[in-house]
Amino acid sequence: MLHGYGLSLLQGAALTLAVALSALAIALLLGLAGALAKLSRSRLARAAATVYTTAIRAVPDLVLMLLVFYGGQMGVNALGERLGWAYIDIDPFVAGVLTIGFIFGAYFTEVLRGAFLAVPPGQAEAAQAYGFSRAQVLWRIVGPQMLRHALPGLSNNWLVMIKATAIVSVIGLSDLMSRASQAAGATREPFLFYLAVGGVYLAFTSLSELGFAWLARRLATGNRVVRL
Amino acid sequence: MNGQVMLDSLPLYAHGMAVTLQLLLAALAAGGLLALPLAVLRSLPSAWAWRPVWCFTYVIRGTPLLVQLFLLYYGLAQFEAVRASALWPWLKSPWFCAVAALAINTAAYTCEILHGAIKALPAGEVEAARAFGMSRAVTFRRIVLPSAFRRALPAYSNEVVLMLHATALASVVTLHDITGVAREVNSVHYLPFEAFITAALCYLLITLVLVAGFRAAERRWVRPLAAR
Repeated sequence: MLHGYGLSLLQGAALTLAVALSALAIALLLGLAGALAKLSRSRLARAAATVYTTAIRAVPDLVLMLLVFYGGQMGVNALGERLGWAYIDIDPFVAGVLTIGFIFGAYFTEVLRGAFLAVPPGQAEAAQAYGFSRAQVLWRIVGPQMLRHALPGLSNNWLVMIKATAIVSVIGLSDLMSRASQAAGATREPFLFYLAVGGVYLAFTSLSELGFAWLARRLATGNRVVRL
Repeated sequence: MNGQVMLDSLPLYAHGMAVTLQLLLAALAAGGLLALPLAVLRSLPSAWAWRPVWCFTYVIRGTPLLVQLFLLYYGLAQFEAVRASALWPWLKSPWFCAVAALAINTAAYTCEILHGAIKALPAGEVEAARAFGMSRAVTFRRIVLPSAFRRALPAYSNEVVLMLHATALASVVTLHDITGVAREVNSVHYLPFEAFITAALCYLLITLVLVAGFRAAERRWVRPLAAR
């Protein structure tokens, strides 16, 4: 049906998923760091986090991706010239993952900050009174509770992020989108192949939504449900 | 930093900003006109009305805009019937396809925003309208929609900023919007930092103007709704 390009598309889909999941890991780490910085007592940390979230959210993903890909290439090689390295080609996979992770870290910062604030402060105080260290308070008390509040925002941003991976094809990663373009060019049936790409993305987003619904039910265990 | 090259290419960026703004305004106008009847249908009790609309928004929101754009611009050209049709002069133009893809995309999101705002309407307002003997059409026109527009404004302002960022994808189908200009400046002069940071500043400027406009609109139309 896909003129023998089915396997190639499947490999591309796996690569797209790998980009999305690696970027998610980076975005979550950056988001956690950003949220802690925004809530910290240090004015410098708060200002840095505010600049990060404002600047990233005001600029299109594609522009940031091109900036990191081309600019990063130039920066690395300017540094390499001074240190006497050979010419380094930036891998589109690394550039894509870093850029998407960096962009969505800003969105996750806001989600996680909101979730932190939604946990009643008495919980952390009580844990401190029991002699928990600050890391233990975060890991054992505030973390599990804030996850429940963060879940809707996290699932929204994950859906936006998995769709944003399509633009990695612009910087030359042979992901699902660019493999479909190759197949479309070779067979002159672009509609068929882009429709297939749309179907794969729809499957990814639908499965994610099911997964998040299950997770939301699990994390809501023990929460009283009020019917209006 | 190479200031002279950037100074010389400022007219190009000004032209790119005009293209970006045209894309944005055309897409928002067309998308808004499409979203309004869809949101009304989506909010009717009959499954024959809301289910098709739900399917439309589900598919559009579940697939990347880049895929939708490629389906329109490259995909449709696959069919002889399309190339022979009266619509072909439009469908082969990248500008028209970009606006159409953006409009369809924002129509789906705006439809969901409006639907949410309609659903959040206090039941008493609808009951009062019915008690006054208003028909369903009059209730929608006089009671439901004016109130829903106000409630939807904050979410819609987010959608407009996201749409601005989405217009950057038009550069992938050869349009010379802000991102397209930046890509050209980068490929001619090989100055990635200057080219893309200037583009980022252009988007930042438009975003700031949009945000200020929506803040003023919220003061005018949303604040009167708040509890006093």
